Amino acid sequence: MSLWEYANPVRFMGLSARVLPVVSVLAGLFLAVGLVWGFFLTPDDYRQGSTVKIIYLHVPSAMMAINAWAMMLVASLIWLIRRHHVSALAARAAAPVGVVMTLIALATGAIWGQPMWGTWWVWDPRLTSFLILFLFYLGYIALWEAIEDPDTAADLTSVLCLVGSVFAILSRYAVYFWNQGLHQGASLSLDKQENVSDVFWQPLVICIAGFILLFVTLVLVRTRTEIRARRLHALRMRARMG
Amino acid sequence: MMPELGKYAVAVMSAYGASMALLAGLVALTWWRGAIVKRQLAEAEREARNG
Repeated sequence: MSLWEYANPVRFMGLSARVLPVVSVLAGLFLAVGLVWGFFLTPDDYRQGSTVKIIYLHVPSAMMAINAWAMMLVASLIWLIRRHHVSALAARAAAPVGVVMTLIALATGAIWGQPMWGTWWVWDPRLTSFLILFLFYLGYIALWEAIEDPDTAADLTSVLCLVGSVFAILSRYAVYFWNQGLHQGASLSLDKQENVSDVFWQPLVICIAGFILLFVTLVLVRTRTEIRARRLHALRMRARMG
Repeated sequence: MMPELGKYAVAVMSAYGASMALLAGLVALTWWRGAIVKRQLAEAEREARNG
């Protein structure tokens, strides 16, 4: 069976109905275990004190903020190239999830930055590109709402998504491009020297898995809603014309 | 059971509080809108069937 068959709304609804219960339970389980482990059972860091516990929210949400945009980019490209409506609706469904992830990353970063850096905000390359990514999310959502014709809205938001991808990439790699930033490098790395200590790493990986599963759950639910909303719109138009 | 957060207690608790509130709001809105659209679609399909 080809992957493209799931671009059929009926097939997508059938598959997502079967997958959703499993993914949502796993999301709740991973988030509960990761956050309880991280908050209650890990020690303070010798430099950051108890603020290290913010890592379990900040790192997964920041990763998902960027990954959500990457998912929207893939879905937008599929829409532009193959004109599958489900992919356009999936991109639309992911945007509000991405915006909340970006907001959590910005808020927790600011709350952590105040005691550690002595400031809530600094125009650091990574922080600035993340703020611009947040504004792109808002613009993307506003554009979908502003255009009545769904296909035109999908076309224009897809183009906006392509442009915004520059900032999604920048927000991930800005620390490597510019050295003058305050923001440190990646917390998770294959390089043992750069990686966080094992005692923080284990619950962090579980939290990241939990955030990924939560994202998948929410995007599936929201895509199903968008498919239903589209069918509802079509039925209402037909009733009005008939 | 509550860990000793020391002088950073306000920062840590507000980070968790704000994040949980945002996530709970997102989940609640997602399910709320999903339920409304599902109900409206069922009504519209019933009306379409009944002419």
